[in-house]
Amino acid sequence: MMRQRRLSLGQRLTLAIPYLWIAAFFLAPMLLIAKISLSHAVLARPPYEPRFLSSDTLADIWAKAQSFTFDNYRALVADSLYFDSYVSSLAIAGVSTVATLLVAYPFALAMARGPRQWRPFLIGLAAAPFWTSFLIRVYAWIALLKDEGLINNALMALGLIDAPLQMFATTGAVVVGIVYSYLPFMLLPIYAALEGQDPSLREAAADLGASPLQVFLRVTLPLSRDGVVAGALLVFIPAVGEFVIPDLLGGSDTLMIGRTLWNDFFANHDWPAASAAAIALVVILLAPLLLWERARLREEEGRR
Amino acid sequence: MSRFARFGVLAAGFTFLYAPIVILAAMSFNASRLVSVWGGFSTKWYAALLENEPLIASAKISFAAAVLSAAIATFLGLLAGVALARFRAFHSRMLFFGAVHAPLVLPEVVLGLALLSCFVAFGIGRGFATLVVGHVTLTMCFTTVALLAALRGCDPTLEEAAMDLGATPVQAFALVALPQIAPAVASAFLLAFTLSLDDLVIASFATGPGATTLPMRIYSQVRLGVSPQINAISTLLLGMVALALGGSALVMLLGKRRGL
Repeated sequence: MMRQRRLSLGQRLTLAIPYLWIAAFFLAPMLLIAKISLSHAVLARPPYEPRFLSSDTLADIWAKAQSFTFDNYRALVADSLYFDSYVSSLAIAGVSTVATLLVAYPFALAMARGPRQWRPFLIGLAAAPFWTSFLIRVYAWIALLKDEGLINNALMALGLIDAPLQMFATTGAVVVGIVYSYLPFMLLPIYAALEGQDPSLREAAADLGASPLQVFLRVTLPLSRDGVVAGALLVFIPAVGEFVIPDLLGGSDTLMIGRTLWNDFFANHDWPAASAAAIALVVILLAPLLLWERARLREEEGRR
Repeated sequence: MSRFARFGVLAAGFTFLYAPIVILAAMSFNASRLVSVWGGFSTKWYAALLENEPLIASAKISFAAAVLSAAIATFLGLLAGVALARFRAFHSRMLFFGAVHAPLVLPEVVLGLALLSCFVAFGIGRGFATLVVGHVTLTMCFTTVALLAALRGCDPTLEEAAMDLGATPVQAFALVALPQIAPAVASAFLLAFTLSLDDLVIASFATGPGATTLPMRIYSQVRLGVSPQINAISTLLLGMVALALGGSALVMLLGKRRGL
């Protein structure tokens, strides 16, 4: 542990600027919605009570603080819309993460085993869509999936189906959208893990009589575990809170928490309920991340 | 993996990644309004774009907000990166580290909701300024991560040597460290610029009347269905990114050839 000494004036100034920004526009707003989540909704602007004013005395603040309530959090469990949104978000994100892994792993493996001089080009080509607009990439799928869209037309022209399949505005379309949008996040860490593997390990396993499948299952796959875990987190976490994909590709019955939150906030103006749902979402997402980080640190300490 | 299987997997993967984008671009030249009917080659949707004044106004707002917020986010990210990479352990370092990285994993809906609540509670009118504030807060975690990694990758003893030779800390940073991390600064700026230009969720919460961004316009059109004008503007945006990526790849390739 480094000894804590005071920073110089210049250093303090350097730190103060980003710190103040974060405090004013991230920490303070988060504390504010934590407070709103304990308030109750009223018809006013802003639409919640109690509100603290700069003219309040300590007694006023104490009196107002008495009206804080956990009702909004109780409602999250009792209200089936919210509860179902959470469960369905986690399920959709989970299924999408597995699907993304199934697409990304062979893709990453094919790139990592390709000719060395081609690899930078291939990985660049695979990562390039990440730089293009997310909204446009999701939008592109509407034209493919709609009832009169290209996939249905192609299938009907080939005589494989008689009537258009309902693909657009379904939960399946949301999964496809998530797999498509987040593929680079899964691809890059897995590729990095596979590319760094020593080929002599596989050769040794083969020399000792392992079949190609055994080499894959007992050497390649276990050694790429870190890449798989990192990729899964990078897909799962943003997918749970996703708004654009379920809103554009999902049906009206596709419940996802990001969409429910958005509607509650903009359409129903129920800020306390939306704030409580937001705080709960942060806890749900950060808990596994912190546990994973702790497990990783413990493992590192164990190695020493 | 056999050579044949490898080729098949790569072909399938790249088709999945690029076919939707290519089809979208092709449709923007379709004279017919319908997705499934090819009505001949036409650039009429691009011509219609030029007359769509709200769309052009939004494009200007988005572009201005992206340049401004990326510049501020890169500056703040640089300061935060220096503080985290070079300073001795300071009080509340963990809080600072956590707060800087949190927006990376936080759903955008949550950050947007928190910002809007804050603006309303403190009576701040929403518009271009709050849009930029929202985008800086969203993107500065990405710039901090990129610049922190770059700073950790360059040797601090070089800066110490400069200071031993009489440079002030600011001189040592500007003349020794900054040239080394210049490519990372450029890519952090570009990343922040792209994220801001593309963002729908934070903008919807943070902006106000008179500052509707391009993604917000596209989104409200797209909710009504596929529209040829949106295909055209999407193709223009995709083309710009393709040019920028191709250009930077070419520059890097030429740099390598020259042995730089």
